[in-house]
Amino acid sequence: MEEIASLMQGFSIALTPYNLALMFVGIVLGVVIGVLPGLGGANGVAILLPLTFSMPPTSAIIMLSCIYWGALFGGAITSILFNIPGEPWSVATTFDGHPMARQGRADEALTAAFTSSFVGAFVAVVVITFLAPVIARFALQFGPAEFFSVFFLTFASFVGMGRGSASKTLAAMALGFALAAVGMDGVTGQLRMTFGYDELLGGFDFLIAVIGLFGIGEILSSMEDGLKFQGSEAKLRLTVVLTTWKKLLAYWVTSIRSCIIGCWMGITPGGATPASFMSYGLAKRMSPRGANFGKGEMEGVVAPETAAHAAGTSALLPMLTLGIPGSPTAAVLLGGLLIWGLQPGPLLFVEQKEFVWGLIASMYLGNIVGLIVVLTCVPMFAAILRIPFSIIAPVILVICAIGAYTVNNNMFDVWMMLVFGVVGYVFNKLRYPLAPLVLAIVLGDKAEEAFRQSMLLSQGNLSIFWANPLVATIMSLGLAMLIWPLASALKARFGHARSATAA
Amino acid sequence: MREQEDASDEPSLVSNRVLEIVVALLLLGISAIIIYDSVRLGIGWAEGEGPRAGYFPFYIAVVLATASISILLKAVMGKGDGLSDSFVSRSAIGRVITVLVPAIIYVGAVQFIGLYTASAAFIFFFMIFVGGESVLRAIGVALGVPIFFFVMFEKWFLVPLPKGPIEAMLGF
Amino acid sequence: MDFRRTMLGRRLAWAVLAGATLLAGAALPAQAWEPTKQVTFIIPAGTGGGADQMARFIQGVVGKHNLMKQPIVVINKAGGAGAEGFLEVKKSKGDAHQIIITLSNLFTTPMATGVPFNWKEMTPVAMLALDQFVLWVNSDTPYKTAKDYIEAVKAGADKQFKMGGTGSKQEDQIITVALESVTGGKKFTYVPFAGGGAVAVQLVGKHVDSTVNNPIEAVAQWRAGGLRPLCIFDDKRSSYTTKVTDTMAWSDIPTCKESGVDVDYQMLRGIFMPAGVTKEQVAFYVDLFKKVRETPDWKEFMEKGAFNNTFMTGDEYAKWVEAAEKRHYELMKSAGFLAAGR
Repeated sequence: MEEIASLMQGFSIALTPYNLALMFVGIVLGVVIGVLPGLGGANGVAILLPLTFSMPPTSAIIMLSCIYWGALFGGAITSILFNIPGEPWSVATTFDGHPMARQGRADEALTAAFTSSFVGAFVAVVVITFLAPVIARFALQFGPAEFFSVFFLTFASFVGMGRGSASKTLAAMALGFALAAVGMDGVTGQLRMTFGYDELLGGFDFLIAVIGLFGIGEILSSMEDGLKFQGSEAKLRLTVVLTTWKKLLAYWVTSIRSCIIGCWMGITPGGATPASFMSYGLAKRMSPRGANFGKGEMEGVVAPETAAHAAGTSALLPMLTLGIPGSPTAAVLLGGLLIWGLQPGPLLFVEQKEFVWGLIASMYLGNIVGLIVVLTCVPMFAAILRIPFSIIAPVILVICAIGAYTVNNNMFDVWMMLVFGVVGYVFNKLRYPLAPLVLAIVLGDKAEEAFRQSMLLSQGNLSIFWANPLVATIMSLGLAMLIWPLASALKARFGHARSATAA
Repeated sequence: MREQEDASDEPSLVSNRVLEIVVALLLLGISAIIIYDSVRLGIGWAEGEGPRAGYFPFYIAVVLATASISILLKAVMGKGDGLSDSFVSRSAIGRVITVLVPAIIYVGAVQFIGLYTASAAFIFFFMIFVGGESVLRAIGVALGVPIFFFVMFEKWFLVPLPKGPIEAMLGF
Repeated sequence: MDFRRTMLGRRLAWAVLAGATLLAGAALPAQAWEPTKQVTFIIPAGTGGGADQMARFIQGVVGKHNLMKQPIVVINKAGGAGAEGFLEVKKSKGDAHQIIITLSNLFTTPMATGVPFNWKEMTPVAMLALDQFVLWVNSDTPYKTAKDYIEAVKAGADKQFKMGGTGSKQEDQIITVALESVTGGKKFTYVPFAGGGAVAVQLVGKHVDSTVNNPIEAVAQWRAGGLRPLCIFDDKRSSYTTKVTDTMAWSDIPTCKESGVDVDYQMLRGIFMPAGVTKEQVAFYVDLFKKVRETPDWKEFMEKGAFNNTFMTGDEYAKWVEAAEKRHYELMKSAGFLAAGR
């Protein structure tokens, strides 16, 4: 096994006290970045980049990639504690993670999230180690039609997720698509729905919508209930990690399914965000506990977290071999590679063996170090909820404002955040589902772009979506997903009607 | 899981039905705006460019309009689904406003006095008047949090946030 | 079609101002003015693209060689094809702690969208380099020269050949339209993608037939044998003679003109500041970028991306930009890309 020998050599490069210390620094910094919505991994990487010039490239990339791991771990913290997802792929984590926190089970939710992240990432690293050359070629098969089919599958597996009425789900999703369309149209270069306002040029960023809808909306709802943040009675259990692990074992099917979805989406490269939504949607459908999803079901934390991290990790593979970054953070890492004279591309694995295997070894180690760091901090994170609401509420609001401002360095976005907050509050009360709205904002423009690129390539012929086995399979899966809830709804209605006539 | 203690016995300000109608009308208005702009951009097929810029939003707006009409009809004619229940009671909306209005003032103030000063003031007043915390505690948090963020963002991560006259006086 | 030599329209005011700037820069010591707080470096494009890479590289070089006392903070303002970034600079009149790196969207965005800004509302600082464009095809195709490929396009059906590119109504599509002047009336189907790296991968995966990627975006795939360069859109060959692949150097790529395709186009990688800054302030940045360009890192970066390493400041730079704007106007006009009322 050539890979194992290379990997062992990689470990010998990565496993120096100096590199381990850098890993630790990177992870801690990454967690901080993941926790504060105003900071992206890009900030941390960019700030540290100049510092890394004095290090050997392998050490430098180990530290920078550990920021990436740390940020991935950290994103789950605010999602669970305050319902504020700092990254697009943490959105699905809030669906069950935050209800768990409200029930005083924040520590369990955090442990489940961290552990699932670790499992997802670890499986993905194993896949990278042994299958890198094979899967790198697979990504090349992804053209616009294939990308559209993946987005289609994501939406299809998510339809019917909301508890609201069908027309409200549709309205929420359509509103999300419409918001995603504001700004410049990437295909024709025309401005859409900006009506001459410069502030609208950039469109609505997902982060602003999410901070408003979830974060501010949550504060408003909490205010309505009285000056109280539910979950403040969070118990502090030191053995929580062990007891939660025991419970997690029961979800092994979901874990495996989520790992597969995540790895596949990361490599293709569909990305971590569709992976997390798709995995959550499938878990809800397939799990015997599906009906409890959205009410604080631990499996609903396991599914998106595992998939998001499997995808986030395996996405590093197309970045290294093809030079396509899967996220802004990955893009900055890519920039770092270039500065050290490392050209990402198919030859990187051949020419820079030491570097690549050092990096892969650091993925194993970084994740283990990361897991240990975040798990030891679980009681501390959970304790944040014990701070009185009258202190935490204004601080959260300030953090939200900073987060909204830093997206585009624009005050307009902060105002939009408040508007979204009111929308989130009202929608919540009228039972408009927020998840389809957010999903459409996150993926809407990408799905539209892929659809129109496909139409350009095929000159308007829809058969491009069935042109080869790959895209045909994904599209058929998507259609099946769409028909599934419809069929079961029809069946339910039919059955209901029959019982009604019988009565 | 939310506490519903006040929902039943306090005077209702507005019923769910009214709000359902208002929201549905708003959504209908939004879809009208989108359709208007999409038609301007063209909703058909452009030779060599594929579907025009308005193609996708147009159909999205049609879906939105259909959905909101359906919601509207249900709200106007329907009975069940807690439509006649209270959307919010007077005291609950009062509490929501006690956080929403200061938040609006806060965001407005950021533009003039900078984020850090505005945050300090916001946290201070919120803790005293809404939260009923002690003055000493309020001063501590109101000073500590913005200073922490200042060091974090401006010094460490070099992310410039809006600054006002006080920061300028201190030379930032 | 070389627009670097067409010195049309001389604007006296600019010449005087820029000339004075140069003089001041030469006469005064470099310490005459320096930033008193962190400098914001705006990128009117998304993360990971060519401009982003260059700006972040400069940030790194300035930090590494300690060229400035205050730190540089890089901010992406990509909204509206970069309009957001340019509007920010336009708004920040007199702010000497802000610089912006430009690409061709300096001209194309206001022309195509009608968003109100113009380079004359900013202060030109320096041209750092010109980015090249190369015509690429998949290496599995039979086309060995640009001529082969153009003949195939001529012989094929209209719109049969798909050209992948970055963005819409920007440099890649402008070049595509310019290429159509030699294809005997046959058009390309231009498919816009979000970033240059993705475009190159789409070509390797054979989802499009050709691209006009910048060298740095496609070099990795070229070296790995996935792509074949046909010609470079410049009036002379690249000056980099080090072998990039086993057999070829950048200088071995023929110019498109040599191959019978008379199209040339380079993209500005330059620096601007807000209007209303003093000449000492401009001089500081001119000096800073001179220092950046003297580092070995910069030279390596230029070679890796096969940049045309031309440096211009002051009067010369302003005149170049003026001519480039004129040329873009004509290219955009003939391509039908101008926004209504432009």
